[in-house]
Amino acid sequence: MLEISNLSRTFFPGTVNERKALRGINLNLSAAEFVTVIGSNGAGKSTMLNMVAGKLQPDVGAVRIDGKNVTKLADYQRAKYIGRVFQDPMAGTAPSMSIEENMALAYARGRFRGLGLGVGARRRKLFIDELASLELGLEHRLKTKVGLLSGGQRQALSLLMATFSQPKILLLDEHTAALDPQRAALVSRLTDEIVNRHQLTTLMVTHNMEQALALGTRLIMMHDGQIILDLDAEAKSKMTVKGLLGEFEKIKGAQLDDRTMLQ
Amino acid sequence: MITAVELGLIYAIMALGVYLTFRILNFPDLTVDGSFTTGAAVASVSIVNGVNPWLATALAFFAGMIAGVITGLLHTKGKIDGLLAGILTMIALYSINLRIMGKANVPLLGEDTLISPLRQAGWLGSGPAIGVLFLVCLIFVAVIVWFLHTEVGMAMRATGDNEQMIRSFGVSTDNQKILGLALSNGLVGLSGALIAQYQGFADVGMGIGLILIGLASVIVGQAIFTQRYIWLAALAVVLGAVIYRLVIQFALMAGLEVNDMKLISAILVVVALLLPRWKGFQKMVKSFKGNKPQDAPTKEEVGSNA
Repeated sequence: MLEISNLSRTFFPGTVNERKALRGINLNLSAAEFVTVIGSNGAGKSTMLNMVAGKLQPDVGAVRIDGKNVTKLADYQRAKYIGRVFQDPMAGTAPSMSIEENMALAYARGRFRGLGLGVGARRRKLFIDELASLELGLEHRLKTKVGLLSGGQRQALSLLMATFSQPKILLLDEHTAALDPQRAALVSRLTDEIVNRHQLTTLMVTHNMEQALALGTRLIMMHDGQIILDLDAEAKSKMTVKGLLGEFEKIKGAQLDDRTMLQ
Repeated sequence: MITAVELGLIYAIMALGVYLTFRILNFPDLTVDGSFTTGAAVASVSIVNGVNPWLATALAFFAGMIAGVITGLLHTKGKIDGLLAGILTMIALYSINLRIMGKANVPLLGEDTLISPLRQAGWLGSGPAIGVLFLVCLIFVAVIVWFLHTEVGMAMRATGDNEQMIRSFGVSTDNQKILGLALSNGLVGLSGALIAQYQGFADVGMGIGLILIGLASVIVGQAIFTQRYIWLAALAVVLGAVIYRLVIQFALMAGLEVNDMKLISAILVVVALLLPRWKGFQKMVKSFKGNKPQDAPTKEEVGSNA
């Protein structure tokens, strides 16, 4: 469903600040696969996600969605296929518009936006059903401006908006990192439910190893612009946070040794 | 006094245009100084050359739209700062407006205009014209409110509200900005055409400082009326435009000269911007409104955008 091939990007090439953010990443997600991505700061997780989303262009390499090469498409053109939840709970919704209007904005993803009313009676019913699935009572507050909701509520709404039109790919960019533990757990649980219900092909970046192990059907670890560990569902179910840290130290150590040898 | 209200209602159409860019798109568009005159020039020259005044006014709308599209292209495709893009178009339009008119002033004396039926019926300056013009404003408000609730209108609102978000739902924010600027300047051009017909001439300088009148109307209106609903906000803009004219009228009656009016406009905008932030005023409003629920936090304070 999602095919990332030989994706590379160097920031500030030819300067002292030159940094290879991605070194030829290859990653294939089959339909309904839910991959969690972990790695330290600067490992290239976000860079990879932004390239799938179309926010960043790779130097070389390609991104294919359902067999279609989207590498050259702008972010809003790809949005037809991609649902996205940002780290910042404020980023995924329009604050001065109401809950139902936000839902309508999301509903029209990938469709032509014409002069029909954004929120009609039939759509409102659909939105109510969808909002009820969050179990946050938002379905009773359709006219409430989203700016008045709490961070957790907004993030849950963002998640619903990104998913209920069933995109081919779902991108989650540390989407629970800015929430308090309780809210983070809620959004985590909702993520699991929604992804399973719609069988979404999902790529989730997280800093939280426990979350990375608890969610998803596959786990990859990135370091220094490369994928250094790739666990399938079975290996992932046996893995622990301690084990992950061990793997990380082992691989990182080996890499450092290589580097030192080369210098 | 009645003349002030009439003028206010015609300028209200321009203010609605400014509302679209300034409030909905969150884009401070200075094109209006030029596109207002462009509308007046196109309509006047058309009418003088025997074009039906309805068609002439429609042409003014389209001329304004083109001006808006140019600013939009400069800003989105040319990546020029919004303020500068507007200023560039505005300055360029000054020359273009002179080209359209052929001279600095085009009189419409004795021509058939959209206003002349009102004048012939003796309605101007005596009350009934206010009703007609208010009805016209209401129609524009209704159309704008309807538009802002359509799918494309909602995408435009989201563009002004959270650009990153609406892009992630497949909307080209560039196109939305261009469309918004086109509609806005179309309304401004239309308003210019009506003003020219109302006062009986188009003048190359008639748009100078107009953005302040537009902003004053939007800000004064919204300082007084709540912004909770779009229809209320749009209506507030119309009333703001009328209030602005009345303030100007009072200033004139108090002995100030026409040449002082730009200063009065600027001071009015500053007062309308600063007063709502003053704590004493906030307390007054609160005690005035009683215990009504608080409004939703609105967009960034206006001052930081302008």
